[in-house]
Amino acid sequence: MIVRTPPGILAAAALIARKDLAIEFRTRSAFLAALTFSLVAIAIFYFAWDATAVGAVDLAPGVLWVIFTFSGLLGLHRSFGVEEADRAIDALLASPIDREAVFLGKAFANLAFVLGVQAVAIPAVALFYNLPLTRVLLPLTAIAVLAAIGLVSVGTLFSAMASNTRLAELLLPVLALPFFVPIVMPAAQVTARLLQGRPISEAMSWLRILIAFDIVFVVACALAFPFTLED
Amino acid sequence: MTASARESDRPRFDWLLALAVVAMLATFVRVAYFTPVEARQGLAQKIFYLHVPTAFIALYVAFAIVGLTSAMYLWLRDERLDRIAASAAEVGVVYMAVVLLTGPMWAKPIWGTWWTWDARLTLTLFAWFVFLGYLILRGAIEDESTRSRYSAVLGILGTLLVPFIHLSVYLFRTLHPMPILLKPSRPSLPNDMLLTFGMAFVALTLLFVALIRIRYRLAVTLDALGHEEAAEEARVGTLRPHPIR
Repeated sequence: MIVRTPPGILAAAALIARKDLAIEFRTRSAFLAALTFSLVAIAIFYFAWDATAVGAVDLAPGVLWVIFTFSGLLGLHRSFGVEEADRAIDALLASPIDREAVFLGKAFANLAFVLGVQAVAIPAVALFYNLPLTRVLLPLTAIAVLAAIGLVSVGTLFSAMASNTRLAELLLPVLALPFFVPIVMPAAQVTARLLQGRPISEAMSWLRILIAFDIVFVVACALAFPFTLED
Repeated sequence: MTASARESDRPRFDWLLALAVVAMLATFVRVAYFTPVEARQGLAQKIFYLHVPTAFIALYVAFAIVGLTSAMYLWLRDERLDRIAASAAEVGVVYMAVVLLTGPMWAKPIWGTWWTWDARLTLTLFAWFVFLGYLILRGAIEDESTRSRYSAVLGILGTLLVPFIHLSVYLFRTLHPMPILLKPSRPSLPNDMLLTFGMAFVALTLLFVALIRIRYRLAVTLDALGHEEAAEEARVGTLRPHPIR
């Protein structure tokens, strides 16, 4: 008889992330939807303002981070939505792994999803809004990662809760959007400063808020997650 | 059902609510007739006596109660804590709505605009959104224990969120007057007005507690009704068709 020991928390999380990404990779439904949504929204936003009155450079940060939020929500819906079919979540909970590992695995998969969309959306915004992308690429990538971590930690937790309610995917934006305020505001402010060619030191207070948010909410959401699963 | 239970079902005289209403009426009379008119703002300043205490109770007291009882619920699993959190959130939403309505009424004559994206206005607005989300979440879950756990999680996260929104919106410049009562030096308010303010504060606090108590009793009744229905269902089989999931 082969005795298998249950995997450690990180190994278990990696397994779950791999499972979710494999499902997503084979169906590609949510990713393509989020990507298309981003591109359409980028194009529409351009016409929402008077392009002769507001420069594209001033418009871009807001557009970028608003689209980031909404396309992120599209991916987060599915995170626990896919587990509802045939009560797959029960099998996940019956497996010998920690609940925190389930949360981390889901969060990792969502992080890959959000960053994947951003990898296309940021260059697309740069292309359509004529931004000097090469100059700001590195700091902008760092901000995208910081913002994505915050968004995904809160979003994964709320996705688990929302999928268990009568309103399901309707509830997720209602719950999650107020929590994205301290993500979108700093991200947009820092991006605006970067695009104007200002030194990053000018945006340090904003950056601190973003980092503090990530730390507090990754920990809080991982700790709170087991309470959303019980029985 | 026993006779004593039936007895307690009969509507009782709510002395706390009566006291709160009397206190509110007395405060309004004093605000209108016995408090001096402010020199620069004129009559518009009178809204201060409703706006400021309501804001304080909604933003600090209600949020603190929801955050605290939510955390304690996850620890102790006492349904009374969940009911207090739900009641405080519901009354808090009403108080915040009063703040958000009286604010523009005061801002229009004094600032010349109904709304401005000032730090404290924005904070109140988002806090209101969090509370609304909390109530919508509660309404979307039928199972009692799931509802209590989920709303406790949201209550705790919401309390963690407020300082972050606070920090973010304060990085934008603020129009709102700085505190004139809660500051290290002596409050810069004439004694007459200070007394009226104190009265308003006490009256609105009484009303807050009275409303929470009413909402708490309603929660107890609703839960009892739910249990009775469940018991009846278990006894005679399905009463109503179950929704298809």
